[in-house]
Amino acid sequence: MTENILAVKNLRVSYGETEIVRDINFSVGRGEIFVIVGKSGGGKSTILKSVAGLLSGTKVSGQIFFDGRDITNLRADERRKIAGAEIAMIFQNAGASFCPIRTIGAQIFESVTAHKDWTHEEFLRRAKAIAKNINLDENVLDEYPFKLSGGMAQRAGILAAMILEPKLILADEPTSALDAVTQFSVVKELMNLRKNYGVSIVMVTHNLNVAKYMADEIYTLH
Amino acid sequence: MIKPRYKPLIPYVVAAGALIFVAIFAPFLTPYDPYLQDLEGALTPPNSQNLLGTDRYGRDVLSRVIMGSQVTICAALALLAVITLTGSLIGSICGLKGGRVDTILMRTSDVFLAFPQMVFAIAAAGALGGGLFNAALALALIGWTKYARISRALTLTIRKMPYMDAAKMAGTNSLGVLIHHVLPNIAGPVLVTAALDLGTIIMELAGLSFLGLGAMPPTPEWGAMMNNGRSMLQTASWVVLAPGAAIFITVAIFNLLGDKLRDVLDR
Repeated sequence: MTENILAVKNLRVSYGETEIVRDINFSVGRGEIFVIVGKSGGGKSTILKSVAGLLSGTKVSGQIFFDGRDITNLRADERRKIAGAEIAMIFQNAGASFCPIRTIGAQIFESVTAHKDWTHEEFLRRAKAIAKNINLDENVLDEYPFKLSGGMAQRAGILAAMILEPKLILADEPTSALDAVTQFSVVKELMNLRKNYGVSIVMVTHNLNVAKYMADEIYTLH
Repeated sequence: MIKPRYKPLIPYVVAAGALIFVAIFAPFLTPYDPYLQDLEGALTPPNSQNLLGTDRYGRDVLSRVIMGSQVTICAALALLAVITLTGSLIGSICGLKGGRVDTILMRTSDVFLAFPQMVFAIAAAGALGGGLFNAALALALIGWTKYARISRALTLTIRKMPYMDAAKMAGTNSLGVLIHHVLPNIAGPVLVTAALDLGTIIMELAGLSFLGLGAMPPTPEWGAMMNNGRSMLQTASWVVLAPGAAIFITVAIFNLLGDKLRDVLDR
């Protein structure tokens, strides 16, 4: 077992002739909360998406190691095996990260069926346990995304990310669309994830207060 | 309980439902056998026995119009289902995959779109040898392109939505993304287009039959019935007017339903 869950070496992402980020180097320890800060448009989300394998039409060079394995240019089927199960993501606008015409529960169960052969009852038992841990009403599983408030949607996003208990969570500005009170509660839930599940978190934010409060290590993007 | 926004649809849905009901249960609703000839009673004007008169072989026109609804509407619905499904699948796969698959399929659709639809259908139906199935096949050959274009454009739009990234991050495979996320989300506009198209397809099928490239005698298809009676337009106009009115009413109802559906869903 390697010491670091994630290591990014000389990462360079370009779109045609335009260089979006270059010479990015950092590593994230197991159970660490690593926060990337920087100005808007600086490439923070691009770094996160390159780790998640969500970039298309771009050239990614350098190396990204996850749990000691080079995942920089994984084939689609190999990427699917770790997506959700080992690396999960919490999106900036969690409400929009759920398909608008399906219930939250159906969508989370879909990610479960892609990796595990749990029964629906087993899924519900685990989902409700996580929901309780993050102060989310379990009835949210039967709701459609448009019915959720910003805070509830963000917690539902955390539930979706945590259902398979991944080793690493990528959080793309998870508090930026929330009011101050909800921001604080979501930050607390994220920190509890590490305490309860030992998960590592790489978070992108432009809120320095949030970064200072949460981070074990801060990476500033210039 | 019907939501208030859907209430304007009710009369059109009821009318379209009634037409489809008549089409499905036509054999049980005809007052006479639509194929039974009675040469002594040929070209009888409308009367209390034969409400829409009889044709040149003495067959009851009302019975043939009712039976013709089954042939025309069911063939149009089946054709519409085939081109909608095929076109949507091709378009959404192009939109999702992009690259070479997209280029090949879309350039193929461009080739089909370069032909005027009815001219292509007439040529294809003629080459295939006529008959209702071949007429429908000829229309299907060119009809899918419109749905492929619409579905591709819609897929390109939703491909950028965060929930598509979330689906990838959940480990969902391409088929799962297509079935669970793409097709349900493009279904609304595609179905409205299909509803608007149904009237046109009925006209096109009837048009091919009128030209002798669709349903063959003695099948009671509306276009074919008009073709058979066109020489008697001045002497026994009911033979032509009855199936013509059936086409007019059916097309109008489905067009109005499509228009209303679009209005309701656009709100």
